Amino acid sequence: MSARNATAPQIGFSFEYLMWVFTRVSGVALILLGAFGMAAAFWMGARTQVDVATLMRWTFFPNPNHVVNSDIPDVTLGWANAYWQIMQMLIVCFGVTHGINGLRVVLEDYMGRTWWRPMTRGLLFFIWLFILIVAVYVILAS
Amino acid sequence: MALKRNVGLRGFKYRGGGPMWAWILHRISGLAIALFVGTHILASFFMQQFANDLATSLNIIYESAYFQIIVFFIVIYHGLNGLRIIILDTWPQLLEYQREVIWLQWLIFIPVYGLTIAVMVLDLFSGG
Repeated sequence: MSARNATAPQIGFSFEYLMWVFTRVSGVALILLGAFGMAAAFWMGARTQVDVATLMRWTFFPNPNHVVNSDIPDVTLGWANAYWQIMQMLIVCFGVTHGINGLRVVLEDYMGRTWWRPMTRGLLFFIWLFILIVAVYVILAS
Repeated sequence: MALKRNVGLRGFKYRGGGPMWAWILHRISGLAIALFVGTHILASFFMQQFANDLATSLNIIYESAYFQIIVFFIVIYHGLNGLRIIILDTWPQLLEYQREVIWLQWLIFIPVYGLTIAVMVLDLFSGG
Protein backbone atom coordinates (compact mmCIF):
# COMPACT_ATOMS: atom_id res chain seq x y z
CA MET A 1 0.00 0.00 0.00
CA SER A 2 1.28 3.43 -0.82
CA ALA A 3 2.10 5.46 2.25
CA ARG A 4 1.51 8.71 0.39
CA ASN A 5 -1.92 8.26 -1.15
CA ALA A 6 -3.77 5.76 0.98
CA THR A 7 -5.94 6.90 3.83
CA ALA A 8 -4.97 5.29 7.11
CA PRO A 9 -7.45 2.70 8.41
CA GLN A 10 -9.82 4.29 10.92
CA ILE A 11 -10.11 3.10 14.48
CA GLY A 12 -13.37 1.32 15.19
CA PHE A 13 -15.42 -1.23 13.33
CA SER A 14 -14.64 -1.33 9.65
CA PHE A 15 -14.56 -4.10 7.07
CA GLU A 16 -10.77 -4.29 7.25
CA TYR A 17 -10.81 -4.50 11.04
CA LEU A 18 -13.45 -7.23 11.04
CA MET A 19 -11.46 -9.24 8.47
CA TRP A 20 -8.29 -8.70 10.51
CA VAL A 21 -10.04 -10.20 13.54
CA PHE A 22 -11.60 -12.96 11.44
CA THR A 23 -8.23 -13.98 9.97
CA ARG A 24 -6.82 -14.52 13.44
CA VAL A 25 -9.92 -16.23 14.89
CA SER A 26 -10.31 -18.55 11.90
CA GLY A 27 -6.57 -19.32 11.88
CA VAL A 28 -6.68 -20.48 15.49
CA ALA A 29 -9.97 -22.30 14.84
CA LEU A 30 -8.47 -24.19 11.90
CA ILE A 31 -5.50 -25.32 13.99
CA LEU A 32 -7.83 -26.45 16.80
CA LEU A 33 -10.24 -28.18 14.41
CA GLY A 34 -7.27 -29.92 12.77
CA ALA A 35 -5.91 -31.05 16.14
CA PHE A 36 -9.35 -32.30 17.14
CA GLY A 37 -9.83 -34.19 13.88
CA MET A 38 -6.38 -35.75 14.15
CA ALA A 39 -7.03 -36.86 17.75
CA ALA A 40 -10.35 -38.38 16.70
CA ALA A 41 -8.70 -40.17 13.78
CA PHE A 42 -6.11 -41.69 16.13
CA TRP A 43 -8.85 -42.70 18.54
CA MET A 44 -10.74 -44.44 15.73
CA GLY A 45 -7.72 -46.52 14.76
CA ALA A 46 -5.67 -44.33 12.43
CA ARG A 47 -2.54 -45.01 14.48
CA THR A 48 -2.17 -48.50 13.08
CA GLN A 49 -4.26 -48.33 9.92
CA VAL A 50 -3.26 -45.31 7.85
CA ASP A 51 -0.24 -43.46 6.49
CA VAL A 52 0.50 -39.84 7.27
CA ALA A 53 -1.04 -38.39 4.11
CA THR A 54 -4.32 -40.21 4.77
CA LEU A 55 -4.25 -39.07 8.38
CA MET A 56 -3.97 -35.47 7.16
CA ARG A 57 -6.89 -35.93 4.81
CA TRP A 58 -8.94 -37.15 7.77
CA THR A 59 -7.65 -34.35 9.94
CA PHE A 60 -8.72 -31.53 7.70
CA PHE A 61 -11.65 -33.03 5.87
CA PRO A 62 -13.05 -36.17 7.52
CA ASN A 63 -15.25 -37.16 4.60
CA PRO A 64 -15.74 -40.76 3.47
CA ASN A 65 -15.62 -39.63 -0.15
CA HIS A 66 -12.41 -37.75 0.47
CA VAL A 67 -10.57 -40.84 1.68
CA VAL A 68 -12.11 -43.20 -0.86
CA ASN A 69 -8.75 -44.33 -2.23
CA SER A 70 -7.28 -45.08 1.16
CA ASP A 71 -8.61 -48.55 1.99
CA ILE A 72 -9.77 -47.78 5.51
CA PRO A 73 -11.95 -50.67 6.71
CA ASP A 74 -14.27 -48.79 9.02
CA VAL A 75 -14.26 -45.42 7.35
CA THR A 76 -17.99 -45.05 6.90
CA LEU A 77 -18.76 -46.23 10.43
CA GLY A 78 -16.78 -43.59 12.25
CA TRP A 79 -17.08 -40.53 10.03
CA ALA A 80 -20.26 -40.61 7.98
CA ASN A 81 -22.61 -38.96 10.42
CA ALA A 82 -24.09 -35.53 11.00
CA TYR A 83 -21.52 -34.61 13.66
CA TRP A 84 -18.55 -34.95 11.34
CA GLN A 85 -20.49 -33.33 8.50
CA ILE A 86 -20.93 -30.26 10.70
CA MET A 87 -17.20 -30.36 11.57
CA GLN A 88 -16.36 -30.49 7.85
CA MET A 89 -18.62 -27.55 7.12
CA LEU A 90 -16.93 -25.54 9.88
CA ILE A 91 -13.50 -26.35 8.44
CA VAL A 92 -14.66 -25.51 4.90
CA CYS A 93 -16.30 -22.23 5.90
CA PHE A 94 -13.35 -21.08 8.01
CA GLY A 95 -10.75 -22.31 5.54
CA VAL A 96 -12.28 -20.99 2.32
CA THR A 97 -13.16 -17.62 3.84
CA HIS A 98 -9.68 -17.30 5.37
CA GLY A 99 -8.12 -18.17 2.01
CA ILE A 100 -10.28 -15.90 -0.16
CA ASN A 101 -9.76 -13.01 2.25
CA GLY A 102 -6.03 -13.67 2.10
CA LEU A 103 -6.18 -13.55 -1.71
CA ARG A 104 -8.04 -10.24 -1.44
CA VAL A 105 -5.43 -8.77 0.89
CA VAL A 106 -2.56 -9.89 -1.35
CA LEU A 107 -4.20 -8.62 -4.55
CA GLU A 108 -5.21 -5.27 -3.06
CA ASP A 109 -1.63 -4.75 -1.87
CA TYR A 110 -0.60 -4.43 -5.51
CA MET A 111 -3.53 -2.31 -6.58
CA GLY A 112 -4.42 1.33 -6.21
CA ARG A 113 -7.86 2.75 -5.55
CA THR A 114 -9.00 2.25 -9.11
CA TRP A 115 -11.97 0.43 -10.58
CA TRP A 116 -9.91 -2.78 -10.44
CA ARG A 117 -10.51 -2.93 -6.69
CA PRO A 118 -14.32 -3.33 -6.70
CA MET A 119 -14.03 -5.61 -9.75
CA THR A 120 -11.57 -7.87 -7.88
CA ARG A 121 -13.74 -7.88 -4.77
CA GLY A 122 -16.80 -8.85 -6.80
CA LEU A 123 -14.95 -11.63 -8.60
CA LEU A 124 -13.48 -12.98 -5.34
CA PHE A 125 -16.93 -12.86 -3.74
CA PHE A 126 -18.38 -15.07 -6.47
CA ILE A 127 -15.41 -17.47 -6.33
CA TRP A 128 -15.91 -17.64 -2.55
CA LEU A 129 -19.61 -18.38 -2.92
CA PHE A 130 -19.03 -20.95 -5.68
CA ILE A 131 -16.32 -22.87 -3.80
CA LEU A 132 -18.43 -22.90 -0.62
CA ILE A 133 -21.49 -24.24 -2.44
CA VAL A 134 -19.44 -26.90 -4.23
CA ALA A 135 -17.74 -28.00 -1.00
CA VAL A 136 -21.00 -28.19 0.97
CA TYR A 137 -22.50 -30.19 -1.91
CA VAL A 138 -19.60 -32.65 -1.74
CA ILE A 139 -20.14 -33.01 2.02
CA LEU A 140 -23.89 -33.54 1.79
CA ALA A 141 -23.70 -35.87 -1.23
CA SER A 142 -21.18 -38.21 0.40
CA MET B 1 -1.46 3.32 -8.79
CA ALA B 2 0.22 2.21 -5.64
CA LEU B 3 3.75 2.58 -6.92
CA LYS B 4 4.64 5.20 -9.50
CA ARG B 5 8.30 4.27 -9.65
CA ASN B 6 9.60 1.08 -11.17
CA VAL B 7 11.19 -1.00 -8.44
CA GLY B 8 12.00 -4.12 -10.44
CA LEU B 9 14.60 -6.45 -9.04
CA ARG B 10 16.09 -3.69 -6.90
CA GLY B 11 13.50 -4.64 -4.30
CA PHE B 12 15.70 -7.60 -3.42
CA LYS B 13 18.24 -5.17 -2.00
CA TYR B 14 15.90 -4.49 0.90
CA ARG B 15 17.59 -6.04 3.90
CA GLY B 16 14.60 -6.83 6.08
CA GLY B 17 16.19 -10.02 7.38
CA GLY B 18 14.21 -12.74 9.16
CA PRO B 19 10.86 -10.91 9.52
CA MET B 20 10.89 -9.96 5.81
CA TRP B 21 11.53 -13.53 4.69
CA ALA B 22 8.91 -14.80 7.14
CA TRP B 23 6.40 -12.40 5.57
CA ILE B 24 7.34 -13.43 2.02
CA LEU B 25 7.14 -17.14 2.86
CA HIS B 26 3.81 -16.60 4.64
CA ARG B 27 2.41 -14.89 1.56
CA ILE B 28 3.73 -17.48 -0.92
CA SER B 29 2.59 -20.39 1.25
CA GLY B 30 -0.84 -18.80 1.67
CA LEU B 31 -1.26 -18.41 -2.09
CA ALA B 32 -0.09 -22.00 -2.59
CA ILE B 33 -2.62 -23.32 -0.05
CA ALA B 34 -5.43 -21.30 -1.64
CA LEU B 35 -4.52 -22.73 -5.05
CA PHE B 36 -4.15 -26.26 -3.70
CA VAL B 37 -7.33 -26.34 -1.62
CA GLY B 38 -9.42 -24.58 -4.28
CA THR B 39 -8.34 -27.01 -7.00
CA HIS B 40 -8.75 -29.92 -4.62
CA ILE B 41 -12.34 -28.98 -3.74
CA LEU B 42 -13.26 -28.66 -7.43
CA ALA B 43 -11.44 -31.91 -8.28
CA SER B 44 -13.24 -33.75 -5.46
CA PHE B 45 -16.58 -32.46 -6.73
CA PHE B 46 -15.95 -33.59 -10.30
CA MET B 47 -14.52 -36.91 -9.11
CA GLN B 48 -17.51 -37.57 -6.88
CA GLN B 49 -20.27 -36.46 -9.24
CA PHE B 50 -18.96 -37.37 -12.70
CA ALA B 51 -15.97 -39.69 -12.04
CA ASN B 52 -14.04 -37.24 -14.20
CA ASP B 53 -10.65 -38.59 -15.31
CA LEU B 54 -8.77 -35.29 -15.01
CA ALA B 55 -10.18 -34.68 -11.53
CA THR B 56 -9.31 -38.20 -10.41
CA SER B 57 -5.73 -37.92 -11.64
CA LEU B 58 -5.42 -34.52 -9.90
CA ASN B 59 -6.52 -36.12 -6.63
CA ILE B 60 -4.09 -39.00 -7.14
CA ILE B 61 -1.27 -36.47 -7.50
CA TYR B 62 -2.44 -34.73 -4.30
CA GLU B 63 -2.47 -38.01 -2.41
CA SER B 64 1.04 -39.05 -3.44
CA ALA B 65 3.70 -38.91 -0.74
CA TYR B 66 6.03 -36.81 -2.90
CA PHE B 67 3.45 -34.06 -3.25
CA GLN B 68 2.60 -34.32 0.45
CA ILE B 69 6.22 -33.53 1.39
CA ILE B 70 5.77 -30.08 -0.17
CA VAL B 71 2.24 -29.62 1.15
CA PHE B 72 3.30 -30.44 4.72
CA PHE B 73 6.11 -27.88 4.57
CA ILE B 74 3.76 -25.19 3.30
CA VAL B 75 0.88 -25.93 5.68
CA ILE B 76 2.98 -26.39 8.84
CA TYR B 77 4.99 -23.25 8.07
CA HIS B 78 1.86 -21.19 7.41
CA GLY B 79 0.22 -22.42 10.60
CA LEU B 80 3.22 -21.82 12.84
CA ASN B 81 3.98 -18.43 11.30
CA GLY B 82 0.32 -17.44 11.68
CA LEU B 83 0.46 -18.39 15.36
CA ARG B 84 3.60 -16.28 15.75
CA ILE B 85 1.83 -13.30 14.17
CA ILE B 86 -1.20 -13.75 16.44
CA ILE B 87 0.98 -13.97 19.55
CA LEU B 88 3.06 -10.91 18.62
CA ASP B 89 -0.12 -8.95 17.76
CA THR B 90 -1.73 -9.85 21.06
CA TRP B 91 1.33 -9.11 23.20
CA PRO B 92 3.17 -6.35 21.33
CA GLN B 93 5.81 -6.05 24.06
CA LEU B 94 7.22 -9.31 22.64
CA LEU B 95 8.08 -7.43 19.43
CA GLU B 96 11.32 -6.50 21.12
CA TYR B 97 12.37 -10.12 20.62
CA GLN B 98 10.80 -10.59 17.18
CA ARG B 99 13.97 -11.91 15.55
CA GLU B 100 14.51 -14.42 18.36
CA VAL B 101 10.86 -15.49 18.05
CA ILE B 102 11.49 -16.41 14.41
CA TRP B 103 14.39 -18.64 15.43
CA LEU B 104 12.14 -20.20 18.07
CA GLN B 105 9.51 -20.78 15.37
CA TRP B 106 12.05 -22.68 13.22
CA LEU B 107 13.16 -24.64 16.29
CA ILE B 108 9.54 -25.82 16.64
CA PHE B 109 9.10 -26.30 12.91
CA ILE B 110 12.10 -28.59 12.39
CA PRO B 111 11.03 -31.42 14.74
CA VAL B 112 7.33 -31.20 13.77
CA TYR B 113 8.03 -31.26 10.05
CA GLY B 114 11.02 -33.61 10.34
CA LEU B 115 9.14 -36.23 12.34
CA THR B 116 6.15 -36.06 9.99
CA ILE B 117 8.33 -36.50 6.93
CA ALA B 118 10.41 -39.21 8.62
CA VAL B 119 7.31 -41.25 9.44
CA MET B 120 5.94 -40.71 5.95
CA VAL B 121 9.16 -41.62 4.10
CA LEU B 122 9.81 -44.68 6.28
CA ASP B 123 6.24 -45.76 5.60
CA LEU B 124 6.71 -45.17 1.88
CA PHE B 125 9.87 -47.28 1.61
CA SER B 126 8.60 -50.06 3.84
CA GLY B 127 5.67 -50.48 1.48
CA GLY B 128 3.17 -49.96 4.26
